[in-house]
This record gives sequence, C-alpha cells and structure tokens, in this order.
Amino acid sequence: MKTRRDFIKISALGAGGLAAAGGAYKWAKGSEIMDKLSGEAADKNLKLNRYPTYCEVCFWKCAGWTHTDDSGNIIKIIGNDDDPHSNGRMCPRGTGGIGMYYDEDRLKTPLIRTTKNGKQTFRKASWDEALEVVAKNFNKIKQKYGPEAVAGFFHGSPGSHLGHTLHAFGSHTEAHPSYAQCRGPREVGFAATFGSGVGSPEPTDIRDTKCMVLIGSHIGENMHNGQVQEMADAIDKGASIITVDPRFSTAASKSKFWLPIKPSTDIALLMAWIHVIINDELYDKKYVEQYAYGFKELKEHVKKMTPEWAYGITTIEPSLIRKTAYEMAAASPAAIIHPGRHATWYGDDTQRERAIAILNALLGTWGRRGGFYFKEAMSLPKYPTPEPPKPKWDWKDIHGDKYPLAALPVSNALVEATIAENKPKHQIRSWLVAGTNLPLTLPNKEQTLKAIQELEFMVVVDTMPMEVTGYADVVLPECTYLERYDYIRTSPHREPNIALRMPATNPKYESKPAWWIAKKLGEKLGLEKYFPWKDIEEVLDWQLYQVGSSLEEMQKVGVKKFERAYGAPYLKQGEDYEFYTNSGKIELYSTEMENAGFDPMPSFTQHEEPPKDFYRLIYGRTPAHTFSRTANNPNLVDLKAEPLLWINPKVASIWGIKNEQYIWLKNQDDKITQFPVKVRVTERIRWDSVFMPHGFGHSNKRLSRAYGKGASDAELITNVNVDPVMGGTGMRANFVTFLTEEPKTETRS
Amino acid sequence: MRYAMAIDTNKCVGCADCVVACQTENNVPVGYARDWIAEIVAGTYPNVELEIRSERCNHCDNPPCVRACPTGASHVVEGGIVKVTPEECIGCGACIQSCPYDARFSHPDGYVDKCTFCDHRVKKGQDPACVAVCPTKCMYFGDLDDPSSDVSEAMKNRKYKALAPEAGTDPHIFYLM
Repeated sequence: MKTRRDFIKISALGAGGLAAAGGAYKWAKGSEIMDKLSGEAADKNLKLNRYPTYCEVCFWKCAGWTHTDDSGNIIKIIGNDDDPHSNGRMCPRGTGGIGMYYDEDRLKTPLIRTTKNGKQTFRKASWDEALEVVAKNFNKIKQKYGPEAVAGFFHGSPGSHLGHTLHAFGSHTEAHPSYAQCRGPREVGFAATFGSGVGSPEPTDIRDTKCMVLIGSHIGENMHNGQVQEMADAIDKGASIITVDPRFSTAASKSKFWLPIKPSTDIALLMAWIHVIINDELYDKKYVEQYAYGFKELKEHVKKMTPEWAYGITTIEPSLIRKTAYEMAAASPAAIIHPGRHATWYGDDTQRERAIAILNALLGTWGRRGGFYFKEAMSLPKYPTPEPPKPKWDWKDIHGDKYPLAALPVSNALVEATIAENKPKHQIRSWLVAGTNLPLTLPNKEQTLKAIQELEFMVVVDTMPMEVTGYADVVLPECTYLERYDYIRTSPHREPNIALRMPATNPKYESKPAWWIAKKLGEKLGLEKYFPWKDIEEVLDWQLYQVGSSLEEMQKVGVKKFERAYGAPYLKQGEDYEFYTNSGKIELYSTEMENAGFDPMPSFTQHEEPPKDFYRLIYGRTPAHTFSRTANNPNLVDLKAEPLLWINPKVASIWGIKNEQYIWLKNQDDKITQFPVKVRVTERIRWDSVFMPHGFGHSNKRLSRAYGKGASDAELITNVNVDPVMGGTGMRANFVTFLTEEPKTETRS
Repeated sequence: MRYAMAIDTNKCVGCADCVVACQTENNVPVGYARDWIAEIVAGTYPNVELEIRSERCNHCDNPPCVRACPTGASHVVEGGIVKVTPEECIGCGACIQSCPYDARFSHPDGYVDKCTFCDHRVKKGQDPACVAVCPTKCMYFGDLDDPSSDVSEAMKNRKYKALAPEAGTDPHIFYLM
C-alpha cells in the first residue's frame, strides 16, 4: 500500500561510517578509559569527578552521581546515599544507564523527511533549519485549524519542557501514555476512595509492613528501586508476603502464600476477602467507624460473595482465601494491599483498584505505619512567565462525555481524534512526540499507524531511533539525561526532598537537551516572551532560591531534604481527619462513581476466555529493562540475551514445543508476530496463559542490538477493553496460539 | 585473613545489578560476565519453588584452576583471592575446564578472566562493586576470620550452603537459606 508517510529506517540514511558492529561489543569510545579502572596500577592515576543526576532509564527517578574521569568520559553511575528513591544503590538499569550515553545507534543530527527519486527518506539538517521547518508547519496548522490541533505525546522529562512550548503556542491537547496505558485506573480508584491518588513513588510503607499483598504486581522483576529495597528490608524483618499471580513470579517465590489465580478473576478474590474481613469482624472497627462512609451498604453488597463463591471463579481454595484474609488482618494496620502500577488489564480496572482500596480501608492501612504513609512533596514555584493563551478546546473536549473520571488526558482518545473516519468533534492534525515510542507503547498498533498517516505534520524528539521516529517529518535528537539539565525532581516521599540532574559531560553528536529544544522552538514560533531566561541554569537557580537553596548547593549535594510542613506521615490515634472526597470520609461506597453513573461498589464481571488452543497473553517486566527504552542499551542488552516466552510444560508437550525452540505467535485476530520468540518451558506459569516481557521485538534495523530480538507484545494486543470510568486501555484479553513453522510473509503484521 | 561472601537467597530478586556493576567497575567487555544469575526451579505447578542466586568465582581454598594452570598465571593472593595475571596467561583454557563452577571465561584479548572480589576496591576498604550496588542488600562481604565482619555477622544463626561441596574445592561463596 502506498502511504503518504512511509516508515523510514534511519539506517537508510547515508550517515557514514556506520559499519555494523559484529561480534562482541566493546565499551564504545570509553574502552581505553575503562581499562584504567581495571588494573590497580592504573587505578591511582584515575581522578574521578562526580555530577549529580537522577535517572531517566525508568520513572522511579533515582538520584545518583555520574562519575567521569579527567578527560570528561562517563565511567560509572553510583546512587546518592541521601536519596530516598535509591538509598545509594541504583538498580541494574540505573547502573547500566551509562549505556544510553555510549549507544552508537543514538540519533545524531536533526533529520527532515524528503523525497528522493520518488522514495521517502531522511536528510540531515541543521538545528536551525529543522526547527524552522517545525515552526513553519505548526504555524500553518494554527492558521488552518487553530493551535489546539497540535497535540503532544510525552513521557518523562522532555515533556515538561516541550509541554511549556505547546501551552505557549495555545494547545492543551497533550497526553502521557503513563496514564491511560498504565497507572490511571489505580489513581482514579484510590482517589474515589481516599480522596487522594497513589502517585509515584507509591506511598507504601513497605519497610515497616508486616504483611504485603501483591496482586499481579511483580516487585523484584519490576525494579522500582525503593520498593524493591524496602521489600528486602521487610523480608529481613520477617514480614509475610501474599502474592496473587497466575505466574510464579520472583515475588511469589519470596511469599508465604502464593495464590495462582485464574487470570481476569481478581475482583472475585478481592470481594471474597472483603466478605471474610467484614463477616468475621476482622476489620479495624474504630478506624472504619471514624473515617469510613458506606460500611452498611458494603456489608450488604458483599453478603453473598463468599470464598466458596469465589472458588468457582478464581480456582483459589476457600480455605486459602480465608487463611490469607486472616493473615493480612492479623498484620493490620501494618498491612499493604499493593495498588500495583501497570493497572490497565481488563477494562474494569478502576473497579478492581476500588476493591483494593476498600480492602485497605477496612484494615485501616491508609495513613498508618507499615501501611500507606501520607506523602509530602516540596513544591517549587514556577519561574514567572506570561499567562499562555487560552485554548478554544483541549483534551477535555476530546473526551466529551466519555471517561468522566479521567483526571488526565487519555492518549488513546487523542489517537482516535486524529482519525477523520471517527468524525471527531475536533480533529488533531499534528503530533509532537517526545520520549515515548507510540507504536510499541499504545495497544492496537494498526490504529496508531492509521492516525499517523492522517497527520499533516509530525515531530519526534528522542535519544534513540525508536520505531516512532521512522514516521516523523522531523526528528530532533535529544541528548541523554547524563548530558543535560532538567527541572528539579520534586516527587513526594516520607520527607519532602528535591534532586538535581545536571550534565556530566557535553552532549554527544549534535544532540541537544529538551529545555534548549523547547526554548529554541518557542523562539522560532515567535513566543520569546514565554522564555524570558538565558538558559535553564537561570531558571533552576531562581526556583531553588525560593526554597532557600541554590544551584550551587544542589550541584554539591544532589539531593536535599526538607522538614514536613503538613503534619505527620501517619494518623494519630483518633485524629480528626478530613479526606478529599464528597463525604469527607473514606468512601467504601463511592458517591463520585455513583454520580458519574458507575457502580458505587465493585462487582466481579466475567471477561473473555481463551478460545480452544489459545492461551492468555500476560506481559510484564524483566528487571534490567524498561519498556522498549532499554532494548538497545549495550550494557543491558546482553543480560537477558533474549526475551523468552514462558509456556507451561504440559502445554509445551501437547504442542511438541521444546525448550529454547523459536516459535511465532498468532492472536485471536490472526495477527502474527513479525519475529519469532524463544520458548522457556517452565513450571512457573499456568497452563491457560503464556508470559512474555514487554518492550521487545523491535522492527527498526537501526536499533542494531534490539532489532528482531523477541516478539513484540504490542503487535498482539489488538483487543482493547477500554475502562469507561477513565479511558484506560485493558490489554489482558488477548489470546495467542503457537506457530512452529515460519509463517508466509504476506500474512504477517 | 580469609575473604568470603555470603548471599541471602531469600532476598535476592535476580535483577542482575551485580552483573552490570561488575561490568562497569571492571571493564568486562559486553557479552561477557564475571558474575551471573542462576535460577533454579523445582516442583510442578502450582507447587513450585525457586531459588535465585548471584554466582561468581568461589575463591576456593583448594582451587583446581590454580593447580591446572601451566604458567602460574592463576594464583592465590592475600585473603584467599584467586587471581589471573593476564601477562602470564597463555589462554590455554585448562583452568576453565577444571573449574566446577564455570566461573572463568576467555577474554577477547586472549587471556582468561574472572572475578577478583574487586580487590582494587577491597584494598581501599570498600566492598566489591556487586555488594556495594545490590538494591536488596542481599550480599555480604568481608573477612571470615573476623567475627564482626559483615560476612561473619550475616552467617551467624543462619542456615547456609556452598555450591558443589563434593568437588572438594572448599568454596568461599556461601548462600544463606
């Protein structure tokens, strides 16, 4: 099919001198410098300099120190001891973050789409020219449709800079896939209950917990550092862990109880636990009486939701359901029913998160030591800039009547509003994408690509030639987090704290920091007055001065802690406390949900079952990788040489599939993976499901180490159950079957 | 003095941070590793057990690799650390064959390489890079002869095992159970 926007492999560009590295990859340019470190003779000659940073390999944002030698080469990254996110210890990705800097596949220069001999290709461009083209096209869209038709898709730090440009330009059409593709349902479910979302880092008081319940959450494989550290501390102190997972996860192997649940039935288990806790009077009576709203209604609601009822749905023995309910109740209030993080599973995810929140409320864990602490963040005043123009419409108008409780824009709604056929009230005509590889991030790749084809103009800002860059009209190379300043990290914690990220070295190639790109683009758009600073250092120094610090101080310490200003992290005995809900109480019965037309209390609903010869596709993390961001990182890529597909031995024997065999996967909609995946036959997975890590199966050859490694789960996620409450994309109702022979190419996705 | 390491299998999540930290600390070429993660699964679903271990050279008291080395490149230094002198190594691989733990590899530069317990750090009073970085703090290092060292403290009142004791190598990596 001829498209107006052909995918361009950046490799096709005569970038020159890019002979593919064969055989063992040695430490890029740093090899000689690294040699200095290994021998003791050289060791004494080495002078290390260190620069504060916070990590951008995942979004836990651990603070650390980037070490360089005296030639300015980055040699290692070590955690900052004062940082509550890392406690001086980075995770493998943070330690290996150095590979992002050395990756020779990085985007090197701005690129502009052009047609040469009838074929679309990229040509190198200067920053001035590339930004000129972007500004010209954005202004064209503004004249034709208004500035609102330019939408931003952001993940991580670049979004805060480019979002400012977008707002100044007059658009509030901006989405972060971290909401509707990830943690949105839990934010809404917890906010409806406690009046406050969960946020990141999660305010789970794991280090002091006596019992932690993980439902599909695989801490340990999901290396959100502070949580993993605190889980290890809790294990040391004898805490019990209860893991609910169809897969024998790492966390399951550390657990006192593992509940190998039938996938998609979690709400039934949660309701049965609630039933036992109410029926057997295990709940925190004083807490519930003082703080909770709707106990009577809840008690009535769960009356028939017995463990025996749940057994038939979940396959978990009633006695085990009771035993685990008693276990968590005995530990309460030092118990945590963990809200998880990636929560978009089946489309009723807000209701599942509500059930989790309700269970926590009954056990009195919210605002209690060993449960959830009241988090507090340092707020830094914004550098004063003029009020941006008010858009005529924004993301809320795109949602319309849909997703009434979405507190943030839903990326899939923005994608739908880009496609003319959907007759959107306001059609989006242009995308500015930064830090998110949309074809692998969003489910339903076909829809994403269809939307891209309808765009009049698309800009992508990234450090790597991710798949999304191949569809851009202009590609802008951002430097890595080790080479740039960003805004101060102000994430909440037990103690308010701030962290600085500063460059440890100059940006490689012609890459530039996002703050610079945002300002220069702003200037090209005639928006100078919104960027009244010389550089970001001026902004940061001004902001830090407002809270009694300075850029100079932060460069020395990296992390600074402050006293809490809004009360203790835990409720005092009988303390008067008003929750930010309609009733001012913890809402077991949610008036917010009810007012929005949804069930005020959660119930189990049946989800799709795998057809014959199909298995439910469960995806997740491996500890050394973050989505597709790390798949090409030279330091991380050889750890799990390849992503593996987990198959139960019984299933493997039915199919005659051997361990380490390569197979292709076909889903219920006949989508077949582009690449084969290696099989791991293991007792650690249920017979009705398969598991694979997310973020692999890259199709861009320019990602020389990631290309063709493993299958992409995103290709197989074509059945999306959207949560009507907040727009989350439920992605766990996809089923796969196995192809042991290479399929003919024309049938492949 | 006798250096040793104890690793708590109840806490290790197998994240491989030890592997990455070792690579950056010791300039191990990518694609090679001086330490690695082993996962041992036992049982049948749903009665499954999993042990996750960070493994490396066991710095044995009776090291077959040192005996197998024809040039003396493999040797034992103070504190029982088994080391290789690259300049003396001819890359014959006899030591690789003799090691029951598969802890040695041929470095692309033509010599045999392995874990050194980060003795360049230990000399400065620091822990090996793998121990220093571990997010779960599941690894303990120190002098086994010193009852107050981290490793001695960690092994007190805990059940532990070593790998392949039947090989008679007297290994010095202990796994807390």
